[in-house]
Amino acid sequence: MSMIFDIIASAGLWAAVLRIATPLILGTLGALLCERAGVLNLGIEGIMTFGAMIGWLAVYNGADLWTGMFVAALAGAVFGLLHSLLTVTLGLSQHVSGLGVTLFASSFAYFTFRLAVPVAGTPPTVTPFQPIAIPGLSDIPFVGPAFFSQTAPTYVAILLAIVLSWVIFRTPLGLAIRMTGENPHAAEAQGVNPMVMRYGAVTAGSALMGMAGAFLTLSAFNSFFPTMVQGRGWICIALVVFATWKPARALLGAILFALFDAFQLRLQTMLGGAVPYQLFLMLPYVLSIVALAVMARRARVPQALMQPYRRGER
Amino acid sequence: MRFERREHRPLALVITAPLIAIGAALAISGLLIAIAGAPVLEAYWLILKGAYGSRLSATETLTRATPLMLTGLAAAVAFRARLWNIGAEGQLYVGAITVAAASSLLFGSLHAAIQIPLLLVLGATAGMVFLLVPLWLRLRFAVDEVVTTLLMNFIAVLLVSMLIDTVLKDPTAFGWPQSQAVTNEGTLPKLLSRSRLHAGLLIAIVLAFVVHFIQSRTIFGLQSRAAGLNPVAAGFAGVPLGRTLVIVAAISGGLAGLAGAIEVMGVKGYVTTDLSPGYGYSGIVIAMLANLHPLGVILASLFIATMFVGVDGMSRVLGVPSYIADVTVALSLLTMLVALFFTQYRIRR
Repeated sequence: MSMIFDIIASAGLWAAVLRIATPLILGTLGALLCERAGVLNLGIEGIMTFGAMIGWLAVYNGADLWTGMFVAALAGAVFGLLHSLLTVTLGLSQHVSGLGVTLFASSFAYFTFRLAVPVAGTPPTVTPFQPIAIPGLSDIPFVGPAFFSQTAPTYVAILLAIVLSWVIFRTPLGLAIRMTGENPHAAEAQGVNPMVMRYGAVTAGSALMGMAGAFLTLSAFNSFFPTMVQGRGWICIALVVFATWKPARALLGAILFALFDAFQLRLQTMLGGAVPYQLFLMLPYVLSIVALAVMARRARVPQALMQPYRRGER
Repeated sequence: MRFERREHRPLALVITAPLIAIGAALAISGLLIAIAGAPVLEAYWLILKGAYGSRLSATETLTRATPLMLTGLAAAVAFRARLWNIGAEGQLYVGAITVAAASSLLFGSLHAAIQIPLLLVLGATAGMVFLLVPLWLRLRFAVDEVVTTLLMNFIAVLLVSMLIDTVLKDPTAFGWPQSQAVTNEGTLPKLLSRSRLHAGLLIAIVLAFVVHFIQSRTIFGLQSRAAGLNPVAAGFAGVPLGRTLVIVAAISGGLAGLAGAIEVMGVKGYVTTDLSPGYGYSGIVIAMLANLHPLGVILASLFIATMFVGVDGMSRVLGVPSYIADVTVALSLLTMLVALFFTQYRIRR
């Protein structure tokens, strides 16, 4: 018992929580934005992979870190446009299109990486984002090192959750997006163009997914390697349901999830070889499934989610 | 410009759609090959040569197509009933590890005539059970099975990794994490000497015809299609939706589990965590290229196998990263979706 307490009482754990949570926050916000407009974006896993690769590659080739983040967001947006073209303009199955985008984006990422970086013994690295201590706040004992000594993208991610929450629930634009996700026919009757809303939401959401990936290679780690996203995208899709399509809850859910992950990582090192490490690695996926099972019936799904909208067709 | 629904789908277009899709995917990949600085036509010629240029390579391509046919069928059966089983990869792994465990620990030198059928049934059952979990979550808690089957793929590989590190570890593998091997009696017979081609290919082809028969000639086949096309209407027409989905899941998971079982019993002999280079995910592409038709799956899996077997030689000669095969396969899924759209709609100005 004291062991568990020791883990929870360490500032290192809480610092790790926000670090682990950041890509989940960005990815979940991205997926949430798409789904609020009525489009499930299963391209997330591949878009994160591509964002991780292209952001890293830009920095590796001399761009500064923020340019890397921007390039990743831009690439994400392009894949978002592709997904919109398939699911909004053509109204194809959002499941299959999304998986197609994931397969394409990830294989294209590996291809580009291999082409740009010759095979080497150790993967080449870049200098990642450094932690920024927020003046004043970071001097508070425990809380300072735990929460106020993160890298810049972490602060940006938290800020984005707040901004997105405001946009979705407090602005006309947010209302239009939500209407499109609930009932595109009614939205159109109100003078909202559902096509534009869906294109916009999916493109912007996918840009966030690209940034989520870039955080992995530009802040959490400093190099790119295949399969590094490790299902984080799918976990984000589960987190959207867990968050009942609310950005503030997405922030909370991602942090809760990261807390669990950071906790099991430390428990794993403490227990050593007594329990197979694979059991610990399974936990995030099991947890996501449990979260889905608990929340799926309670959550109020956007009513037009996964329904293609064609003007004049019912 | 707008799209207008066609009165009926022109048969010629439906049949040529996969060819158009593959052609478009190859054209876009060709652009990437050119960017990589290699001659495009020569690259494709080398891929073809690598896949069929010799007796050995041709048998390798057929060997590679075998698990792909089964995962393709698994996806096709499920998708037709709108059961989004994206978990073939995981089901393949549990099928594989079940077979390795049963043969090495349980059956030993049990006669092949009994052991092989038993192993095939066990492998299929493992895959089935593994898919029934997400299906149960869908029916009981309304959880979208896409996400759960995807997440369970990661759980499956970790489960296999744990087992081959502990109870199923092969003590003679110099500490390398691999499972104990399937015994000689549990190994599928070879179809041709001096090749890896094994009886699994025949099993896969026969199963494609069996699935085709079930879907086109039985009441259950009709019900599963109806459940996919319009579950509400099917429900009113008296189709038992829950039961139909359970059977569809059993068939789909079983086929994917069988893919793993056959790969271990026919080719690998033992299980490692890199047993499958994404056979489960390629199965989705195959199912779509086949337009969910079981016999189309046979042809589509040959295309995918050609790309994956042929690319290595091309990559060695021209220096184009072998990931180009994955890119082409993924692109063919996207182009197929678009091609299928135009079998249903026409452009009106």
